[in-house]
Amino acid sequence: MTPGVHCQEEWDALCRFLRLVVVGVARLGSVGECHQPPAGGSSSAVSDVFSLSFSPSLPCFPVSSDQIEQLHRRFKQLSGDQPTIRKENFNNVPDLELNPIRSKIVRAFFDNRNLRKGSSGLADEINFEDFLTIMSYFRPIDTTMDEEQVQLCRKEKLRFLFHMYDSDSDGRITLEEYRNVVEELLSGNPHIEKESARSIADGAMMEAASVCVGQMEPDQVYEGITFDDFLKIWQGIDIETKMHVRFLNMETIALCH
Amino acid sequence: MTYRVGEAHSMGFQVFVPFSPWSWLLLLVALKCPEASSDLNESTNSTAQREPNVRFAAAGSEPDEKISVFALDYDYVQIPYEVTLWILLASLAKIGFHLYHRLPGLMPESCLLIIVGALVGAIIFGTDHKSPPVMDSSIYFLYLLPPIVLEGGYFMPTRPFFENIGSILWWAGLGALINAFGIGLSLYLICQIKAFGLSDVNLLQNLLFGSLISAVDPVAVLAVFEEARVNEPLYMMIFGEALLNDGISVVLYNILIAFTKMHKFEDIEPVDILAGCARFVIVGVGGVFFGVIFGFISAFITRFTQNISAIEPLIVFMFSYLSYLAAETLYLSGILAITACAVTMKKYVEENVSQTSYTTIKYFMKMLSSVSETLIFIFMGVSTVGKNHEWNWAFICFTLVFCQIWRAISVFALFYVSNQFRTFPFSIKDQCIIFYSGVRGAGSFSLAFLLPLSLFPRKKMFVTATLVVIYFTVFIQGITIGPLVRYLDVKKTNKKESINEELHIRLMDHLKAGIEDVCGHWSHYQVRDKFKKFDHRYLRKILTRKNQPKSSIVSLYKKLEMKQAIEMVETGILSTTAFSVPCQAQRIHRIKRLSPEDVESMRDILTRNMYQVRQRTLSYNKYNLKPQTSEKQAKEILIRRQNTLRESMRKGHSLPWGKPAGTKNIRYLSFPYGHPQPAGRDTRVAELTDNDSSDSELPSIMFKAHSRAGILQERRLTQEIIPMKSLPRGGKPSHFGYQRNTSQEEHDGRGRREALRPKPLFHAVDEEFESGEESGEETSAIRSRWSGEHRPTRQHHRSHSPLLQRK
Repeated sequence: MTPGVHCQEEWDALCRFLRLVVVGVARLGSVGECHQPPAGGSSSAVSDVFSLSFSPSLPCFPVSSDQIEQLHRRFKQLSGDQPTIRKENFNNVPDLELNPIRSKIVRAFFDNRNLRKGSSGLADEINFEDFLTIMSYFRPIDTTMDEEQVQLCRKEKLRFLFHMYDSDSDGRITLEEYRNVVEELLSGNPHIEKESARSIADGAMMEAASVCVGQMEPDQVYEGITFDDFLKIWQGIDIETKMHVRFLNMETIALCH
Repeated sequence: MTYRVGEAHSMGFQVFVPFSPWSWLLLLVALKCPEASSDLNESTNSTAQREPNVRFAAAGSEPDEKISVFALDYDYVQIPYEVTLWILLASLAKIGFHLYHRLPGLMPESCLLIIVGALVGAIIFGTDHKSPPVMDSSIYFLYLLPPIVLEGGYFMPTRPFFENIGSILWWAGLGALINAFGIGLSLYLICQIKAFGLSDVNLLQNLLFGSLISAVDPVAVLAVFEEARVNEPLYMMIFGEALLNDGISVVLYNILIAFTKMHKFEDIEPVDILAGCARFVIVGVGGVFFGVIFGFISAFITRFTQNISAIEPLIVFMFSYLSYLAAETLYLSGILAITACAVTMKKYVEENVSQTSYTTIKYFMKMLSSVSETLIFIFMGVSTVGKNHEWNWAFICFTLVFCQIWRAISVFALFYVSNQFRTFPFSIKDQCIIFYSGVRGAGSFSLAFLLPLSLFPRKKMFVTATLVVIYFTVFIQGITIGPLVRYLDVKKTNKKESINEELHIRLMDHLKAGIEDVCGHWSHYQVRDKFKKFDHRYLRKILTRKNQPKSSIVSLYKKLEMKQAIEMVETGILSTTAFSVPCQAQRIHRIKRLSPEDVESMRDILTRNMYQVRQRTLSYNKYNLKPQTSEKQAKEILIRRQNTLRESMRKGHSLPWGKPAGTKNIRYLSFPYGHPQPAGRDTRVAELTDNDSSDSELPSIMFKAHSRAGILQERRLTQEIIPMKSLPRGGKPSHFGYQRNTSQEEHDGRGRREALRPKPLFHAVDEEFESGEESGEETSAIRSRWSGEHRPTRQHHRSHSPLLQRK
């Protein structure tokens, strides 16, 4: 997998996207900032990647060049060698078709909030940096990180999930949105009627209300799960051990081939 | 059942013991009428009528004997009698253990059982009776072992198990082998030292001893873990070890026994060793294969048992046992077979069988396994005291030391390797805990006890060493592991059952699989996804009944719901359902004010409902239980009765689906009619619908969580109940809750509230109902109520406060 064994062409490609990577990774660290100029030549790119990936501002997203190479190949495959991916490109993933929450997943890729490009709306197309940004949410938490970084990282991951629920970007998961998700989740099973799905969502909402608000004022109204409430609900679940994709794990990457 | 038969056999040879100390002792312990029974024994024994049928002959054919008014024949019942007493003793010991509830926190249950056994053993020894042959190989393997293993497999948490399956197999499989061979070989080296007087113990015997002593039994540790809520992977490591270790050790044990037998007559060639290794693999894999096949068959059969649900548990048990026996017949590993069988069928069987059968299966399995285990521990205690020991300091000490050393080596080496492949490696603390949890138990003892004396002249020494190791680990490690876990403060998990969590985790599963698909890589989320799809498309269709919509979300949901219902019934409506009572009471007042005649009609409906419930007479069938048990109905009636009594009137109830007894109307959830419903949930909500005829088919849902505010009801009385009408919010059909059945009064009430409070607090209408609502008739759609639970001191708020509002 070292670049040395590849022919010149591939090496060039690698350099190209490493440059991209630097930008992508830099973006990961800076939530508000939109763009940064690409850093130097290919020789320094690799070291930049590493220095960036372990900088404190990027707690849970260390990226290795190997992985980026992988992802870039996949990106090109998906996009048909275009610089950007559009929604239609995801139709080419046959396995994804059977996924009950397929539309939510695809949507998440184009969600501006996840891409850190804005507080709402969808992007029409994403480039490789954006792709990397999305992928970076699924990195395992580095066990050497301190508590604060873990919390930060955890929050990032949860925010991504939250955005999947909160489809209208209003900062709340309303009952309607919740029901929607549950219906989609259960859509794989034809026997489950819509009503069941709804009542489950209702029950879950009810539970969320009691967890988050506890004692409500007489006239209080539970309007939906806010992100803070969402964090509360997730308190018991160690997302850091759950929300990660194994492929993005450095050790196992060699096994993927 | 199988178990009892087995026990009967185990006691079989006692028939030939002239004087029966066993029955005597057990009577002493269990029934407290020792004198009588011993007299009986002696008298019956002295007549030497051993065969049960002789009794009849004696009674009928001896003319010179008079018909005695009072006759005793102990022999006739001796075997089952003693078996029963043994089991009773075991159960009483357990009950006693748990009576003092601080005791279980201090020491594992096995400690107490061993102590009880040792006491019984001491009594036997003290009265100078021969230690009884309590166990033999066929009894252990055929009757005592299977229930224990079955229980382990059946209650295995499938999901975390398969999430960690790589590490578990690596650790449990290889760990057992390393321990067995490590201990065996190092003990062999010790045996070479002439000074210890062990030179007659050969390599094979040492290896065999190593294999039996490496069978750990961390049940006690699991109990500690559960209490301390250690993190899931750690728990699963120990669980997996408990589950698989037995199987591996037994396979190894049997192969080595075969080698030892062979060794008596001829030399062992390298080919034989190779054959042994191959055999090891075949036995294991074959066992698992058999188990899976039988698991599918039994799942398939339970698909057709809906009309005779009483035999469902039987099917489950018999097929598991059959898988064990079938595998054993072919010299495959029955233990692995029965484990695999249980794991395979569990999921499908649970979906197929009725709720009661499911409960029966669970209890029965627990019961059988705990009886087996208890008996083994007690027998272990009994055989501790006696003359069948050979105390060899060197052997025993070195065994103890090597057990710890090799466990440490295997833990740290194997986890070092597996950590390389894990995203979240086991910390050093975790590894220490795993090392420390190497508690030996019933399995090791049984295997040692069953060593054939002809092949093992030093069997007594092996048994003694095994007992020492067990005592050491059970007493010292078992008691200290709890404090150690707390001291080391291992990473904990605070898992609780919640629907939200289940939903989120499901979502995340799909999300991860989706992301992997996008990445184009194949890894274990995808494997799981693929299996699920396969399962869904083929297996489930074949193995489970039609129209059984289940998914883990749905079933968890039902479970929670059921729990809630049960809690409610158990604690009584008044005390727990703090929320429902005030709310109902409040509404009552309003109703009184508003429309007494409506209340009348309500009560009418209510009584009719009750009548319906009772009307369904229970039909008795000798061979079967009705799927709807009478208990459920009784609860139902009870709840309704309580409600009616408590409140002379109530705001209402609903007939959600025109079904017999509003069972579907609960605090917050309802399933469409047709699903098995836990009973008794309906009490919290009393929603009335005068005109439910039109809407009765629709489920109604209410969200309500009112806290107790009984004291404050008076205040509420004076307070104006602000009625409000649900406003259709044009263009914004966001709906929270939908209660399709609303009473007239509520409707009125809402109208008033609206008047008082210009700003509508909400109201969401279900799309389908919007028009109806606007037309303003009684079937207005509606609201769900959300409020925090338990607000003890606060003035309780209205059922009518719309608690959800969408901005």
